[in-house]
Amino acid sequence: MNPKTKIAIASGKGGTGKTFVSTNLFNVLQKRDLNIALVDCDAEEPNDREFIRAELQISHTVTQKVPVIDESKCSYCGKCKEYCNYNAIFFLKDTKMIKVLDELCHGCGACSVVCADNAIVEKDDILGSVNQYGVSANSVLIEARMNVGVYSPVNVIKSAIKKANGYDIILLDSPPGTSCPFIQTVATADYVVLVTEPTPFGLSDLMQSVDTLRGMGKSCGVIINRADLGNKDIYDYLKFENIPLLMTVPFDKRIAFSYSNGELLTNLYSDWDLKFHQLYHTITEQYGNSNH
Amino acid sequence: MEIAIISGKGGTGKSSISAAFATLQNEIVLADCDVDAANLYLLFNPVCDNEYIFVSGQKAKINQEKCNSCGVCIDYCRFDAIFKKGHKVNISETLCDGCLLCSRICPRKAIDIVNEDKSRMYTGFFKNGRMVYGRLAPGEENSGRLVNLVREKAKQIAKEAGISNIIIDGPPGIGCPVISSITGVDAVLIVTEPTMSGLHDLKRTLEITAGFKLNTSVIINKFDINISMTSRIETYCYQNDIKLIGKLQFDPLIVEAMVNCQSIIDYAPDSDISKRIRNSYSKLLQFNLIDKI
Repeated sequence: MNPKTKIAIASGKGGTGKTFVSTNLFNVLQKRDLNIALVDCDAEEPNDREFIRAELQISHTVTQKVPVIDESKCSYCGKCKEYCNYNAIFFLKDTKMIKVLDELCHGCGACSVVCADNAIVEKDDILGSVNQYGVSANSVLIEARMNVGVYSPVNVIKSAIKKANGYDIILLDSPPGTSCPFIQTVATADYVVLVTEPTPFGLSDLMQSVDTLRGMGKSCGVIINRADLGNKDIYDYLKFENIPLLMTVPFDKRIAFSYSNGELLTNLYSDWDLKFHQLYHTITEQYGNSNH
Repeated sequence: MEIAIISGKGGTGKSSISAAFATLQNEIVLADCDVDAANLYLLFNPVCDNEYIFVSGQKAKINQEKCNSCGVCIDYCRFDAIFKKGHKVNISETLCDGCLLCSRICPRKAIDIVNEDKSRMYTGFFKNGRMVYGRLAPGEENSGRLVNLVREKAKQIAKEAGISNIIIDGPPGIGCPVISSITGVDAVLIVTEPTMSGLHDLKRTLEITAGFKLNTSVIINKFDINISMTSRIETYCYQNDIKLIGKLQFDPLIVEAMVNCQSIIDYAPDSDISKRIRNSYSKLLQFNLIDKI
């Protein structure tokens, strides 16, 4: 029996192969009947479902509290505007103009706390949904999907990660970058797999991700995708920084083609099934080492 | 004219194409709005002339000497960022959203506010004109506001230097920083690739540009990876009245150019891929001129 593990798959640069790694790793483990959840945390552009076709089991809406100002009670004191640290309240004292800019609101509730006129009630704004798909008796795909036009995916991501609690293995397919959505995803992970490519862009973004993760005290390993396109600088960097190289994936038109059709490589080729299973063991070994 | 290049899905080739377009012109202002992973400066090595500090937000910090662990702040915090560890109240830096409510309601004024000021914006010169780029410090938020600053700076420089075109290299996704990168631009170009994910993300990105009524065109990168997916995207664009300005083949020269820190136009000016990029760019300009008449 495995101890519970939560692994995030991330990358600074977009399009390096996070989804490719997450979906295939999930696939080989669910095929071996492990108790596993894959959480698609790239709520702005969730793609895991393009590769994993399964029945929708549960869908729930993610909402956020947004203030509504009752102007019949409002004394136009301007306190709420003063308390709002997100510029989400537009207020002109002279013309008695007050308006909530819903898309800028973070739902912190400061305005309703400070309002002395009881003029603020809150409504629920829909940010997106968390959709759970049953892949097998023991495994699920949980998708965070932000609605188009919403400004921040963070709340949807957080709810999706919470839904996965209880599974033995949790894989988090992280959003790109190193800002808030990435931080909220990796903050809960035990180990982070960074997927990159051996180009100057890939290296620069990798270095930024590594610095961020070290600042958070997270251990990480690296997968180099399209490993034969580009240069060798990235290998020197990994050696110098003593970061484990977990796997390399060559550029191969077969891989690119199966990916483009939404097919899982580990379903098409048995050697890749074994490689990804081996990857899981390498990760758990590394994770074990970094904890002792 | 302000042209924004975005993609929805990451890694489709936004930056390579932005870099190529920027080197097709003698005088351009290039704004790298992918502030979360700014990369274009690596290619062009701009001579930096100004650096600006960007305060992205604030974080709350407990002053343990003043705090009496009453826990009022815990009840008020909606981000679950405040918790008790033993008798001490702690604030999680990652979970704190910087709303400041805790510091305002704390009866002992035991919560300090710290500015997050590690993000930067730079301006500089490169061989084809001027560059503005932001660098968001890890974990910091409000990249949309930094994007706005980068764009304002780019416009100001263009005006002062009499440069007519601005190219914006946008971030992936469809959230706040993307919206900030495209609102009010003259043209948006979406770079896509012939994959299921590419098409899925393209549709969501087009919803955003349609919502803002932006003049949008599409370019398909690496089209030969999957010809039938490419025709699905072409059909989709045709049916939805979206202009397609070109198709670029998968070409290892693009990677080679990047490894050599050059745009493909500078690295292999006579290659077929560079010709295709030139054609696509003039089509993009043409479409927008026609629209203006």
